[in-house]
Amino acid sequence: MSANISAILYLISGVLFILALRGLSSPETSRQGNLFGIIGMVIAVVVTFLSVGNFTSGFIYVLIFLAIGGSIGAFIAYRIPMTAMPELVAGFHSLVGLAAVFVAISAFINPAAFNLGTPGNIKLASLIEMAIGAAVGAITFSGSVIAFLKLQGIMSGAPITFKGQHILNAMLFILIIFLTFYLCSTQSSNLFWILIAVSFLIGFLIIIPIGGADMPVVISMLNSYSGWAAAGIGFTLENTALIITGALVGSSGAILSYIMCKGMNRSFFNVILGGFGATEQTSENQNKEQRPVKSGNADDAAFLMKNASSVIIVPGYGMAVAQAQHALREMVDTLKKNDIKVSYAIHPVAGRMPGHMNVLLAEANVPYDEVFELEEINNDFANADVAFVIGANDVTNPVAKTDPQSPIYGMPVLDVEKCKSVLFVKRSLSPGYAGIDNDLFYKENTLMLFADAKKMTEDITKNL
Amino acid sequence: MEIDPFIFRLSIFILSIFVGYYVVWSVTPSLHTPLMSVTNAISSVIIVGAIIAALSGNDGVVFSSSSIYGFLAIILAAVNIFGGFLVTQRMLAMYKKKKKEK
Repeated sequence: MSANISAILYLISGVLFILALRGLSSPETSRQGNLFGIIGMVIAVVVTFLSVGNFTSGFIYVLIFLAIGGSIGAFIAYRIPMTAMPELVAGFHSLVGLAAVFVAISAFINPAAFNLGTPGNIKLASLIEMAIGAAVGAITFSGSVIAFLKLQGIMSGAPITFKGQHILNAMLFILIIFLTFYLCSTQSSNLFWILIAVSFLIGFLIIIPIGGADMPVVISMLNSYSGWAAAGIGFTLENTALIITGALVGSSGAILSYIMCKGMNRSFFNVILGGFGATEQTSENQNKEQRPVKSGNADDAAFLMKNASSVIIVPGYGMAVAQAQHALREMVDTLKKNDIKVSYAIHPVAGRMPGHMNVLLAEANVPYDEVFELEEINNDFANADVAFVIGANDVTNPVAKTDPQSPIYGMPVLDVEKCKSVLFVKRSLSPGYAGIDNDLFYKENTLMLFADAKKMTEDITKNL
Repeated sequence: MEIDPFIFRLSIFILSIFVGYYVVWSVTPSLHTPLMSVTNAISSVIIVGAIIAALSGNDGVVFSSSSIYGFLAIILAAVNIFGGFLVTQRMLAMYKKKKKEK
């Protein structure tokens, strides 16, 4: 196949990937978008086979390995519970990163196969691109592995910090630049291996100080990195599809990180430097005297809701932990039968990754046009009768609006306290991820429901 | 003087970043999780490089030191491609509109 035709086909596959993302602008077009993505991928793979044109025994092995990887992937995709999406995505990012490293290594060992010169005499530009692709890929890999372990709970979500951490990281970054520079002048394979090893180390070091509450930012950031790694390899291979995709994914991840940071009112650097959710604030709060709270049971909650004309549900990650989303939908169905208007309010950082809450509600058959984002619904709280907070905490804390001393001051929060009455389902009065007390607990119009989210929701349904 | 082809690729890269920027801002926040899984799947188009690497061996030698990395990368990328697209499809199938009132 001529190089020009294959270049055009790669371009088409790049355009199809753009359309795949474009489709996600609304749920109706999204399924079609996903199909475009699949077609783009098939085109890219087939074109590569045709342009290499090597249909010997190696080709059979390629198909076998493709089938092995494909069936593992398909198996995981069908088995994974929706609550585990953040772990899955982190795991997948690590694979992209590692694949980028492998491709770069292969190109370094056998540059002739990629038209990049001969071993020890690789074109300068290609060598730089290769080094960048390999370094970013390695950072993505080890970073994602740490993120995966933290999300999975294998590793503690608490930030791991030590003295001189930032200086060490800065020195390693400078080392990478030096290594790339010397790699280009000497073409030494030892330097290439050291470069990869140092990059693995950096990925590890930049993720360990980041606390569990910041995981949405980390996942988005690694999403972005995996894109830049792909783009770096795309330059090495002179492949348009890979360059376009890398740029798309890179900017997508960057935007998501920005949205997540804004949702927590924190700067990106603040998150990266880590150590949030440390213990200072909690210890301060423990000294405070106990303030009175009103607590109630399922009966009281059912009574309040039965007499309401509109209810807003505020779900958070705690709902997913308790697996209460189906019970919640049943409760809402009962409310709707009694002609009560119900809507859902979702904070940008509810859940553990961007949009996580929406997927969990969709899984429980909640229609997506009843689910609203913070800006869309925040004014409605003042007109609603009951707010039902289930598994959310920090995102409802009015302190973010009133107390400039608070670590979450300035963070956009849901104006839950403006409702006539607030029902807050929670196991205890313990503080949330941010480690601060929630003023909402002590408001006049708040009724605390101390119980497991799923059990409480089921009990309310029975009492309605 | 002729323009280095690298400049063309750089142009594509920069323009794609802008395309990505505007396209991703138009993605509805409720679909951000599928966005991440689908970007994950498409970034595995890196399999293109893996295939070239795997088929780089000379005749008769299927597993050389360089092609072995290609084969490993194929497995990783394939897990991602199939896993990414299928899990996205599974998620998107769950997004339903409100049933019309009877």
